[in-house]
Amino acid sequence: MKRLFSEYGSLLVFLLLCGYYSVVTWSEQHPTNAAAGRSLAQSIIARHGVQSDTLIIVRDTVADRVFAKAISSELTELGGHVRETVFAKAPVDAGRALRRISSDDPLEAVATHHAGTQWGPLKVDRLKRLANQLSLPQVPKVHVPESYMWPSFLTWSNILNVFKNNADIAIIAIGMTMVIITAGIDLSVGSLLALSGVISAVMIQRWWGGEDAGLGGLIAGCLIGAGICALSGTLNGIMVTVCHIPAFVVTLAMMMVARGLALIIAVDYQSFLSGGGTKGTPEAVKIDHEAFGAFSNGELFGIPNPILLTLLLYLLAHILMTNTPVGRYIYAVGGNREAARLSGVPVMLVLIFVYTLCGAFAGLSGVMDASRFEGGRPNAGELYELRVIAAVVVGGTSLAGGEGRIFGTLVGAGIIAIIQNGLNMQGVATYEQMVVFGSLILAAAMIDQLKKSDWALRIFELPQRWIKKPRQGETPR
Amino acid sequence: MNELADGVSATDMPLVQMRGITKSFPGVDALRDVDLDLYAGEVLALLGENGAGKSTLIKILGGAHAPDQGSLQVHGASEVIAGPVDARRLGISVIYQEFNLVPALSVQENIFLGRESTRWGFLGKRQERAHASSLFKRIGVVVDSDKLCRSLSVAQQQVVEIAKALAVESRVIIMDEPSAALSPREVDRLFAVIRELKAQGIGILYVTHRLGEVMEIADRAMVLRDGEHVETRSVSGLTREAIIEMMVGRRLSEEFPKKPAAIGGPRLVARNLKRGAAVKDVSLEVHRGEILALTGLVGAGRTEAARLIFGADRMESGSVNLDGEKLAIRNPRDAINAGICLLTEDRKQQGLVLGMAVIENFGLPNMRRFAPWGWISQLRERRALDGHVDRLQVKISSRYQQAQTLSGGNQQKVVLAKWLERNAEVIIFDEPTRGIDVGAKYEIYQLLNHLADQGKAILMITSELPEALGMADRILVMREGRINGEIREVATATQEQIMELAVE
Repeated sequence: MKRLFSEYGSLLVFLLLCGYYSVVTWSEQHPTNAAAGRSLAQSIIARHGVQSDTLIIVRDTVADRVFAKAISSELTELGGHVRETVFAKAPVDAGRALRRISSDDPLEAVATHHAGTQWGPLKVDRLKRLANQLSLPQVPKVHVPESYMWPSFLTWSNILNVFKNNADIAIIAIGMTMVIITAGIDLSVGSLLALSGVISAVMIQRWWGGEDAGLGGLIAGCLIGAGICALSGTLNGIMVTVCHIPAFVVTLAMMMVARGLALIIAVDYQSFLSGGGTKGTPEAVKIDHEAFGAFSNGELFGIPNPILLTLLLYLLAHILMTNTPVGRYIYAVGGNREAARLSGVPVMLVLIFVYTLCGAFAGLSGVMDASRFEGGRPNAGELYELRVIAAVVVGGTSLAGGEGRIFGTLVGAGIIAIIQNGLNMQGVATYEQMVVFGSLILAAAMIDQLKKSDWALRIFELPQRWIKKPRQGETPR
Repeated sequence: MNELADGVSATDMPLVQMRGITKSFPGVDALRDVDLDLYAGEVLALLGENGAGKSTLIKILGGAHAPDQGSLQVHGASEVIAGPVDARRLGISVIYQEFNLVPALSVQENIFLGRESTRWGFLGKRQERAHASSLFKRIGVVVDSDKLCRSLSVAQQQVVEIAKALAVESRVIIMDEPSAALSPREVDRLFAVIRELKAQGIGILYVTHRLGEVMEIADRAMVLRDGEHVETRSVSGLTREAIIEMMVGRRLSEEFPKKPAAIGGPRLVARNLKRGAAVKDVSLEVHRGEILALTGLVGAGRTEAARLIFGADRMESGSVNLDGEKLAIRNPRDAINAGICLLTEDRKQQGLVLGMAVIENFGLPNMRRFAPWGWISQLRERRALDGHVDRLQVKISSRYQQAQTLSGGNQQKVVLAKWLERNAEVIIFDEPTRGIDVGAKYEIYQLLNHLADQGKAILMITSELPEALGMADRILVMREGRINGEIREVATATQEQIMELAVE
């Protein structure tokens, strides 16, 4: 029982948080997916019969197009008639369309969604006025999918979004967990993320033809970007092991160097774009390439690519840490470096390996970031190092080294992501969020200490001791 | 040596009197109904195997644990020690094996730490210095009180601890294995200090594993066994064998079960090892089936020489051959691959990763065997461990038990198991029985014999001369970084002979 709590305590916190936010965000839901569209069509037929004449008005977005298509296809299948589908860019478009269409031939029904009913032209009094003006026999009836009560937090799309947006943090946290298990730290990951994104973007734009880049060019550009970050990680590792400089100092330096380089490269690219005449500004290096954007924004089996990639990497990392010599060595080096060395563990190689891996994961996240925002952003990943470390610590890895679980970190990253999402939903501003996150890290570190000092155990035993004996005493380990 | 004990015993009131002390921890009865009397001006040796309850008893006196039952009188008045502060108030100081000194502070700053004498908020340094030197004068030792503690030798740090105890007017000083890290000469000096303290009427509770010291310094010996008080006797009528019998509750037929093995040709040959001032010129040969003892005073360079052979430190010059082949050893990994292993003196800091499971520690040097394709075969690892656990009789409750929860003897066996699995041919034991109780010591000695029987070459570094004489086939004595002499006829050799080679 005790082991369950100490190993999976963070999982419990995660579930509690999910429960909390589910309760807090309990509210009316207005579905706009394909299923909602189909059931809307059915209810229209039920109300107006097969001879019904329907106008569909939705916004001009991808999701709405899916919704509208579902309505019209279901309607036609059931024998109904769709007058027209209007993709409104603004409420005015809806009004114009109504006026135009209704004047030809009176409408019976208008199908839209909850957002549509908030538009002026679709409000009941405006429709009545319209009917009066055009002296229509009847006021068109507005139909929307049925709403229901459900936590906004606990919707499939919200959950997917949360995890997709935090995939980069989660991926870097894998490398950071390993580094921290060896009793090290890596502050350079945020900057390396930016460096990787910028380098990949510039490579693709300048060397492999930008929009016309082939798949090979894209992959090569990304590999170079991520590879340079991995090499930076190697350099971190060498500085830490061969030169005996504390990891904090080495990676702090790397953090500044990498950020500087990312900005320099971005500025240089802007000045290249403008023909070298003017000095550039550190703007994002845009990539307009569909395949490149698909890396982060695409999905497989309905699940966004970044989430799949994250899960895959966590699985691999877990296997590495639990079932291979490398994992065993990483724990040993963190637990007792000298004992590990005297047991024949190649301590230096192990350390260089974990820093390299951490850099490589930062590089990979940089490529993902560039793909997601369709350009390498030199200012990406700012303060990421702290969020990543927070995820690792919240996940139960001890900063003293030697202890930690890979999946613990995944849960830690999940906790951080969910708290942020919840705070956003509750409308808490960024500045207040920083206070919350700071406190969270502190709480996690305190729990780590409590676990070590067996306080929890003592608290459990206190009442027994009071009953047995009033004298003060101490519980041994 | 015993006048004091006889003089004080009956009439005087004890400094400390404990009656019926009982203390249990979850699952263990650490002490049951233990009585203790400590008189002013005596040295009471507290003896017992590891786990006999010695450290629990001194922790109760020092205020680190509270007893479940029992009474305590100090100077005839009933007292309760609820914490270290109470112990200090009552004039009881404990000098633990791990000293409580701040390495970066000077001697005098350490002595007065927490009780600095101040004048208007400023430190009265001159006053403190005078006080410190008067304390050292009382002990009869000269220590520069401006030196930083980290620059002091272990013996000097111990003296600082004693001065600290005196600075708070302690009447009772408890020493937990004070000689463990000292060379014989330093032990002599420590004894001089103890005699000086005795003469000043201070009662000393002396915890030790070394019976020779008991005979030399103690007035009375108190023996604990499995948490129970066996007996307290005047040392004058005791023999070594009698004490051992009291401690283990059975008569060891022989303290050292030496079985001579067939000694073959040389296996490990080290020539002219050199590194800095610690190892100036060391050459040695260990033969097949031989136990070679390497002894000498602490600081003679024994451990350092072994670390060079093992590759833990880089040698400046010299060569190491194994079975006639020259080895290029740059790090421990090279040595291990060649078949040389080292069981360090300090198992907790260097031998094991304490936070890891027994099986993980066991597998650490054997990854090539258990994970030939980069995937650890848990089954193979478990089987191999189980085999060694059976053979070495390691007492573990689970393979996944953390190494730090094992006793010293079992930790030593786990370290040994991991090297045996690695097929080590040359095994270097650095103080193999330090901090291990008498029963487990015997088992370790039997293991040494067994390994020698298998044709391994064993180099045993030891500070305990009886151990060297009792177990080795040959003894090398080091002094100041060099091999100063060799004793081939171990059976007829004496401790004096070794000491002569170890000192000037």
